[in-house]
Amino acid sequence: MPEPVPAVAGAVQPRLAAGVRLRFDTIRQAWLLLAPERVIETEGPTHDILSRCDGIRTIGQIVDELAAIYAARRDDIEADVCALLDELAAKRLVTL
Amino acid sequence: MNVATTIPLPAPLGLLAELTHRCPLACPYCSNPLALEGRDSELSAAEWARVFREAAGLGVLQLHLSGGEPGARRDLTEITHAAHEAGLYTNLITSAIGFTRDRLAELRAAGLDHVQISIQDTEPAASDRIAGYDGAHARKLAIARTVAELGLALTINVVLHRANIARLRDLVGLAAALGAGRVELAHAQYYGWALRNRAALMPTRAQVEAATADLAAMRARYAGTLAIDAVVPDYYARRPKPCMGGWGRRSLNVTPSGRVLPCHAAETIPGLRFWSVRDRNLAEIWTRSPAFQAFRGTDWMRAPCRSCERREIDFGGCRCQAMLIAGDAAEADPACALSPLHGRMLAMAEEAAGTDDVYVYRAPAPRAPARALDGATAGEPPPP
Repeated sequence: MPEPVPAVAGAVQPRLAAGVRLRFDTIRQAWLLLAPERVIETEGPTHDILSRCDGIRTIGQIVDELAAIYAARRDDIEADVCALLDELAAKRLVTL
Repeated sequence: MNVATTIPLPAPLGLLAELTHRCPLACPYCSNPLALEGRDSELSAAEWARVFREAAGLGVLQLHLSGGEPGARRDLTEITHAAHEAGLYTNLITSAIGFTRDRLAELRAAGLDHVQISIQDTEPAASDRIAGYDGAHARKLAIARTVAELGLALTINVVLHRANIARLRDLVGLAAALGAGRVELAHAQYYGWALRNRAALMPTRAQVEAATADLAAMRARYAGTLAIDAVVPDYYARRPKPCMGGWGRRSLNVTPSGRVLPCHAAETIPGLRFWSVRDRNLAEIWTRSPAFQAFRGTDWMRAPCRSCERREIDFGGCRCQAMLIAGDAAEADPACALSPLHGRMLAMAEEAAGTDDVYVYRAPAPRAPARALDGATAGEPPPP
């Protein structure tokens, strides 16, 4: 029997929650996260993470990709990614 | 690493499309005007599609398909598809009556993003009496569950008033049990039908205070699992609500026949001229319509709003409420403690909450009037 997957772990495949869409708005020239009664601008590392929450990539893969982009230590990136995903999950923007 | 923050945007964010004023329910706090627009005057699906493209071009991000009951439109799927094609985040605001699993699946395939279902109370008899429609509650619960099962985002909407406010906690619990990710608890807003029914709907101050405590408790209990948004009870407030986020600042409302309003109740203000999407492009209406210009910004303000440090926070409150209570839409919303009429508004609430009156259902009432509180005695509704 496999171990139950912890809330945030490398093998989890995060995706945008039901009713949440990420799209580029050409009028405001910004990436926007659209959710029930909410509009949130995303940029920088937040956007880099959210745009990879496709339900296919694992957290481990997302961390690998960001570590390459930012040329940073994998452990540091992993801590940041997990903290942000936990926060987004609590806001029901991401499903883990 | 910063978490994203909400940004202020100059272009409108939202458009409320009242697809029809037809509705199987007859709620006594309906936000539609007393004079309902008929089916013959409704915009066609093609006209709505044009409005959606113009809205997206103007910068609108979120579209609310509302009514009346939007499900009364047989072309709702076509309309939803057009909204999605225009790039709009599409939200259906419904009573749930007239929907089936197949129809919801069809809407999901057409691009629907989010569904909001109204619930009147926790118990079927009490709920159906408010809705003026037997069997509504059971059907609403079934459709709400179906929405969640289909993987669509679900919000449960509740209008709070004297007959259901004591069950705020149970209403939130019901929303959670139905699979909602969000619940909207809105105290009745006293315009149109709700104003006519104010005496039957107004809660007491003690009820409002208990509800405020209940709300805080529910927010703590459901933190991280259920978002709870609340609309304050104006009559017992000290600060006015920032109505519509400011007049003509964030959103537009299009009536079934295509009249474009700054808010759904704006037609209650005499003298405003509304333009129609049948005659003009939405961008022109947004920027130049006399109705939108009337109370935009802060230039129209008088004392005490004009010099108030909160004038860009609450925008003087609600223009329609100023019209109704102060008799002039350019006055401060009497919900504000700085308004000379604030005490009178509170007295109106306390007087209304002390009476036990019958509901005047949204016409035509589908059945005999029921007692607002105990359902014990049927009586004739008061004349309009």
